[in-house]
Amino acid sequence: MSDNTITIDGQAVPFAPGQTIMEAAMAAGVYIPHLCHNPEFTPHGSCKLCTVTVNGRNAASCTMPAAPGMVVQNDTEELNANRRALTQMLFVEGNHVCPFCEKSGNCQLQAMGYFLGMMDPHYDQFYPPRDVDASHPDILLDLNRCILCELCVRASRDVDGKNVFGVTGRGPHTRITVNSASGRLGDTDMAVTDRAADVCPVGAILKKRHGFEVPIGQRTYDHKTIKDVHMEEAGK
Amino acid sequence: MPENDTIPSAVQAAVARHSHDAANLVQILHDVQNQLGHIPEQAVDQVARVLGIPPVKVAGVRGFYHFFHDRPHGRYDILFSDNIIEHFQGKQELLNYICTQLWVEPERVSEDGMVRVGSTSCIGMSDQGPAALVNGLPVTRLTMERVTALVDLVKAGKPPAEWPAEFFQVADNLRRADALLGEPLERGAGVRAVLEKGADGMLAEIDKSGLRGRGGAGFKTAVKWDFCRKAVDTGAECQEVGGTICDNTAATVRYVVCNADEGEPGTFKDRVLLNSYADLVFEGMTVAARVIGARQGFLYLRGEYRYLLDKLNGILEQRRRDGLLGERILGTDFSFDIAIHLGAGAYICGEESALIESLEGKRGTPRNRPPFPVTHGYLGKPTVVNNVETYASAAKVAAKGGEWFAQIGTAQSTGTKVLSISGDCERPGVYEYPFGVTVRQVLADCGAKDIHAVQVGGPSGTIIGEAEFDRKIAFEDLATGGSMMVFGQGRDVFEAARNFAHFFAHESCGFCTPCRVGSRLIAKGMDKIASGHGTCADVEELKRLGHLTRTMSHCGLGQTAANPVMQTLEKFWDHYDKRLRSKEFEPSFDLDKALETARKITGRDDAWAHISAD
Ligand SMILES: Cc1cc2nc3c(=O)[nH]c(=O)nc-3n(C[C@H](O)[C@H](O)[C@H](O)COP(=O)(O)O)c2cc1C
Ligand code: SF4
Ligand code: SF4
Ligand code: FES
Repeated sequence: MSDNTITIDGQAVPFAPGQTIMEAAMAAGVYIPHLCHNPEFTPHGSCKLCTVTVNGRNAASCTMPAAPGMVVQNDTEELNANRRALTQMLFVEGNHVCPFCEKSGNCQLQAMGYFLGMMDPHYDQFYPPRDVDASHPDILLDLNRCILCELCVRASRDVDGKNVFGVTGRGPHTRITVNSASGRLGDTDMAVTDRAADVCPVGAILKKRHGFEVPIGQRTYDHKTIKDVHMEEAGK
Repeated sequence: MPENDTIPSAVQAAVARHSHDAANLVQILHDVQNQLGHIPEQAVDQVARVLGIPPVKVAGVRGFYHFFHDRPHGRYDILFSDNIIEHFQGKQELLNYICTQLWVEPERVSEDGMVRVGSTSCIGMSDQGPAALVNGLPVTRLTMERVTALVDLVKAGKPPAEWPAEFFQVADNLRRADALLGEPLERGAGVRAVLEKGADGMLAEIDKSGLRGRGGAGFKTAVKWDFCRKAVDTGAECQEVGGTICDNTAATVRYVVCNADEGEPGTFKDRVLLNSYADLVFEGMTVAARVIGARQGFLYLRGEYRYLLDKLNGILEQRRRDGLLGERILGTDFSFDIAIHLGAGAYICGEESALIESLEGKRGTPRNRPPFPVTHGYLGKPTVVNNVETYASAAKVAAKGGEWFAQIGTAQSTGTKVLSISGDCERPGVYEYPFGVTVRQVLADCGAKDIHAVQVGGPSGTIIGEAEFDRKIAFEDLATGGSMMVFGQGRDVFEAARNFAHFFAHESCGFCTPCRVGSRLIAKGMDKIASGHGTCADVEELKRLGHLTRTMSHCGLGQTAANPVMQTLEKFWDHYDKRLRSKEFEPSFDLDKALETARKITGRDDAWAHISAD
């Protein structure tokens, strides 16, 4: 085996030093399901959907640096079952109302559910009380849908340079907060043109007055799987 | 509510005391709360402004730790330790009694803002429980009598500072001392030895001793120190949660950190080490510093042990005066100092990378690894994190030699282990044994008779029944951080597992999905079985959840959160069997429970206001 190569499900995958398993895989056209990972931002590693088995031990592929000779399992029945269970967990943990959610059809959580063959939420719903914040003139923040991927936090901090979003609470009470004394989005300097305004993979951050511009049934994941979309974005 | 104009001065003072450094944010928030009673929004804004960081970050840190409050939480804040041992000792009855006497609901601040009565994870007093933290200070040996007196004091408006001193007495209960705690070490003997032998010589001694980490995992101490001293700043970008900026350009700075978070329920041996053997611990840290080349050390003291803070700072001061700490130790060119950082109620901060995040003034979220702390630790610099007892042992090794140490214990587990024993035995307390001692022996020594089960190593460890009592305390058999909870015949092992399931769900940091949601689903599953609605389908679900949290979680907390449930299912099935319904499946939606609010509103509780479960 050449130095900078790993194998994923038996396939040799080259990597550049410093690349994560996820980056190497995507560059080689190998899809690893992921939700909190977005190639534009620093890896985070919280959703754990991208977990693969590396030399016999599980690790999040989006944060694990590739190292020569790693033997990686990705598309296995067990891992996919676990990914499905994690997706179900994210559904029941929040309040998801797909049939009348504006994000329906463009939502990565929903698309992941389809992709992994999720037929029902399986677990009992938590029905958590969560905030809806409509104070911003152009943006709606509905934390009922939030899956705590922290992409908004990363985008606002690293791209917009604004730190509009943060995380507070702990454990079951972990939640996204907003950088203003009132706790309202309307009192921050967030603009609708910010990267953070369109990074949310689910329907938690929505732009006002752009509802249902594309009819349900004709949206991104109505035609394509999340795998196809992510591989296209990766240029594969 | 504090006056608005006291906020700026409280904040200024706190920030100044901690050298205007955002890395000290947790310490700053402690100070602010000490002065204001809680950390109001204006204080968050002020702190953020003075430190030049976004307020949302400060609020996020405030929101992470149990002991930080964003609103007033009562002049008397009474938090009962929620350990299962204390439950078995009647904690809940005492708590309920106080609540009725004071007319308060559990976990809610009274209408007049006077008092809050609630629960908190194990406070490290289960050898003298039930115990509670009153305004952060432990009140031990709670009985109905003591609690009645306490209620009277609260009603009379007496501040805790004027309460009887015996309420706050914490006994060491050191019942058996061996090679580590038996013979005292002359102060400075370890430091002198390392100065004499030099870093290489001392590392060789530590290696020869076979010393392994006492925090639970048993990593070889010499190997850890060696990794750290060899680590150089590579200039590579650190991958850390929250995108810490680390300065990799300066010459390599290294840190020594002592993990005194001692959060594993049923563990309290570090409490005793810090109370009566602190010099030994600081001595060990100093030895480590000389070996790896560190100038700065930290003791991360759990918030529950705040009552030890002044005493420990006094000992550090004394060591500085004696030339054992600070600039030019014992007249050599070796300089090293130790600062104490106080935690604020978060079990996860015992996990070394979460501990480092907390030391850096952040939320205690475990980092992505690799890189590990030995190469990228505090502020991205190479850092050694060891347990309190590991440092104490290292000091002994330094003074008495590796060979001396290696003769004690077993081949793979050299030296001794300090155990915290609580529960159904005549003499709960701290016991030191050479590694290799059997559980049966320990039980006999502490006066434990008719024992049903022993929880070794706390909830994240192993529960064993009679059949396994001949197993040995050793890394190669029963590894343990030191907790040993004894359950007598008639104790409900299922209830213990359920208590632990709730502990993990409560203490999950919330970062990763499998632990944040999975640990909660496990706790709910246990509740369903406890309420008499569980079926075989629920047991199967628990097993699947256990497998998922174990294999998919980000850190050790989630990976071990299912241990109590998985192990009791395997070893104590009868405790489940007798609770399960014969039916295959039962929905977890409880119609009768859903009517509770309606009952409350209408003030009814008659038969017609209930729906039978069947
Ligand atoms: C959730 C969790 C909690 C932990 N709590 C503690 C603790 O309270 N004290 C401790 O020494 N180690 C604790 N550890 C282990 C530390 O991460 C680390 O391994 C240890 O401090 C290393 O020291 P040692 O090598 O001397 O044992 C914990 C680990 C996890 C995953
Ligand atoms: S609001 Fe959206 S982007 Fe932000 S953490 Fe929640 S799901 Fe992720
Ligand atoms: S396993 Fe639990 S404690 Fe550890 S990172 Fe995940 S949520 Fe946090
Ligand atoms: S995509 Fe890797 S953990 Fe979320």
